[in-house]
Amino acid sequence: MTSAPSTSYRLLGGRIPYVEGPLKVTGRAEYTDDIRRPGMLVGRLLRSPWPHARLRSIDVSAARALPGVCAVLTGEKYPTPFGVLPITHDETAIAVDKARYIGDIIAAVAATDERTAERAISLIRVDAEPLPEYSDPRMGVTPVSEPIHARGLLGSNIQKEVVQHFGNVDAAFAQAVHTARVRGTFAGVTHAFTEPMATIAEATPDGRLTVWSATQVPHYLHRALSEVLGWPMHRIRVIKPEVGGGFGGKSDPLPHEIVCAALSIETGRPVKILFDREDVFYTNHGRHPTQNDVRIAVDAEGKILAYDIEALLDGGAWSSFGTVTTYYNGVLAMGPYRVPNFRYRGRRVYTTKPPSGAMRAHGGTNIRYSVEVALDMLAEEAQLDPFDLRSRNALPPNSKTVNEFRITSTSFLRCLAAARERSGWDEKFRRLPYGHGVGLGCGFYISGSNSPIHFSPKMPQSTVHLKVDMDGGIAVHSMQADIGQGSNTLLAAIVAEVLGVDLDRVHVQRVDSDVSPVDLGSYSSRVTFMMGNAARAAAEQLRSRLVAAAATLLDRNPEVLEVAHERIQERDHREHGVTFLEALHRAMESSGALMATGSYQSLPMGGTFKGARAGTAPAYSFAAYVAEVIVDVETGEYRVPKVWAAFDCGRPLNRLAVEGQIEGSIHMGLGQVMGESMNYRGARLFNPSLLEYKIPMPQQMPEVEILLVGEDDPEGPFGAKEAGEGPLIATLPAVGNALYDAIGVRFTDLPITPDKVLKGIDQRRREGRAWKGA
Amino acid sequence: MPSPDLLRFRLNGQPIEVACEAPRVLLDLVREDLNLTGTKRGCDLGTCGCCTVLVDGRPTLSCLTLARLVECREVTTIEGVTPPGRLSPVQRAFVELGATQCGFCTPGFVVTATALLHDHPHPSRAEIERAISGNLCRCTGYLKIIEAIEAASRQGGP
Repeated sequence: MTSAPSTSYRLLGGRIPYVEGPLKVTGRAEYTDDIRRPGMLVGRLLRSPWPHARLRSIDVSAARALPGVCAVLTGEKYPTPFGVLPITHDETAIAVDKARYIGDIIAAVAATDERTAERAISLIRVDAEPLPEYSDPRMGVTPVSEPIHARGLLGSNIQKEVVQHFGNVDAAFAQAVHTARVRGTFAGVTHAFTEPMATIAEATPDGRLTVWSATQVPHYLHRALSEVLGWPMHRIRVIKPEVGGGFGGKSDPLPHEIVCAALSIETGRPVKILFDREDVFYTNHGRHPTQNDVRIAVDAEGKILAYDIEALLDGGAWSSFGTVTTYYNGVLAMGPYRVPNFRYRGRRVYTTKPPSGAMRAHGGTNIRYSVEVALDMLAEEAQLDPFDLRSRNALPPNSKTVNEFRITSTSFLRCLAAARERSGWDEKFRRLPYGHGVGLGCGFYISGSNSPIHFSPKMPQSTVHLKVDMDGGIAVHSMQADIGQGSNTLLAAIVAEVLGVDLDRVHVQRVDSDVSPVDLGSYSSRVTFMMGNAARAAAEQLRSRLVAAAATLLDRNPEVLEVAHERIQERDHREHGVTFLEALHRAMESSGALMATGSYQSLPMGGTFKGARAGTAPAYSFAAYVAEVIVDVETGEYRVPKVWAAFDCGRPLNRLAVEGQIEGSIHMGLGQVMGESMNYRGARLFNPSLLEYKIPMPQQMPEVEILLVGEDDPEGPFGAKEAGEGPLIATLPAVGNALYDAIGVRFTDLPITPDKVLKGIDQRRREGRAWKGA
Repeated sequence: MPSPDLLRFRLNGQPIEVACEAPRVLLDLVREDLNLTGTKRGCDLGTCGCCTVLVDGRPTLSCLTLARLVECREVTTIEGVTPPGRLSPVQRAFVELGATQCGFCTPGFVVTATALLHDHPHPSRAEIERAISGNLCRCTGYLKIIEAIEAASRQGGP
């Protein structure tokens, strides 16, 4: 089921196969580890076996003396702190003085071959004094004997505390007719992309450094390399080959990328660092292990009066994006409903564990689960259908939230209507037999963070360059980072759409900081919206020049011309026209190859209070999902046979990609709700492999019915909004609420594994509380 | 006399002789020594399936296979699955139906699917799911991969 937008386009809105698909299906797409440079050395890292230790001395003499070893590095050589957010630079390329988690890099080696490098690593002797382990954020909220970082709040391990209050929450609760409280516990989960991190660095005699890296954000890597190495940015060239998935895990500049560059500078030779799967797990930057406490008050009609939220986030060893995460765990509870009173206290606490960071639907997932479960409880208490409760609270289009998020387009009500109708909700909810249930979960997400991470220099968030020469091929340059989501394809399709040309004329160039204009990369679901607008602006400039040239050939006023397929013609006499190439060649007569630049800068928005920018976005996506579950009440195992996913991404520009994002998001969301978990004993990660950290198998995937019901967004390119992260969020509460409908048990401790299900069933039975007759 | 370290097998239809020490695994031989980089390294532990190649037509995890074990056998990598100058039906279906996203797992899936359709030209959905259950994909949720294999099957095979 889909809506029918008023205008239609030649390519956009259709199913556009990914432009690099033929290279990927033949193994010809080039990822970082596929690149070989002459004389390339192997880089290896020594990682800390201690969760927290003072490094008294590191003896590298034996490693250095080993034949074939070209460089050994320890922390003191490049001690400049860095981090993805300029306000929380607390990482170093290699540990200085202290190791802060099992896996922290404490030395690095470059050698002629793998075996020598590994041998050299084993010869490094570290004299370390173990320090207290802080494996639980609750251990660090008050002053501690040995803070993990000196910047912890008042001698504690608190990295960030957020306190916000809008309206009057206590007064609202005093008027409430119904209230609900959910105390959620969420295990950490990780991205589990298939391509391990890999970096190649090559310092060359011309005084330059080239870095190829599996990164989602080449620009932030470029900045971090410059800061830590002390090289000006213009001497560093960052290239992004194909990236085998990211989901947030490759969005921070990572220490090994800087170490790799440093090793190349030391040796004057190319160096490759390739992670094994354990390295990937220890590097983590996944979703924060979280505890939250959500209270919601509604009036007699089920209208939301107030949210009162607390969240405690396990940050691991570094800040990463954590300041943003801390805000998001509150403010991303704000939609898709009108919440007139809102109070939030969030704390992110350092622990001596692998760092948490940004993971798909960053900051919006765990809080959403608790909110949506609380709403389900309130609907039951107020004797309202869960759909009705939500629809009467929907944020209207062109409104503002109490914390001053600007809401423009929202098709949330259409999402609710579509999910309700297509799922057969009214015949199923509370009517299916015991063990079988349906649940509703909703969500919203930012379509691009309005606020860039860096404010200096002032520049657009995305820039796209086009160049077309006499061959008629259009080269597209931008630092937007395709990590599999299809942004290269969208970029090509937008240019082809505007110019009326075939897709095979448009060649999206590999990201290369020497030639690609800055785009802030793939995070915060920003690419379609921001890059899309920049691409459209660039292509429209080119189109005007081609139309003007065609006008001279046709001896007509440009206003009467239109762009058609590979052609520019008179709108009212379509037979009277010129080909794209004829127009191009006329336009080039005086200038040679044509170039155009387009850029996108979002509008200023948000309030003036502290933290007001967190969560502001030029648009928001909306979702309403219904999940169906079938529980084996004897074993506690359950499966999800079907998910109805109603989603508002504005106008879907590439249906193939939007569906792919939704299906992949549901896979990842099901993983988190049903079983994925970073398992720790103390600060030690116990399952750092894809065998023990299990992502869902094909047999566990439900049938997915996708309902794209969004209406055009007024500011999105061709009406589009994001579809990369928002589609994950609603999956989790839809399953949690469906389990309640199936067996009458509320689950607030994720993942919901069969043992917990069985325990819930047993407890309900013991209490003699029958559910749906059982 | 050939050196004891010399390994002889057929690779993508051609006989090959290559120096290979006993502990070398097939993935390293193919990717590093023979520079066939289409076979991907995802975990080195046999958990992800990115390194799948065919040994005598059977999907095999090259990261867990000692290279010496393919002596005198037929190894087919993604490069060998690809017909010259065009795409196989499986590859075409993967492209057209959006069964690739990041593409890192894709060569492994294509190799596995090719073997499946070779042995079972018309597999059921359950058979497809079982066949690909040794390959992990984190991007697609598998749905478009299954759809592509079904489409290739309808279009006449691997």
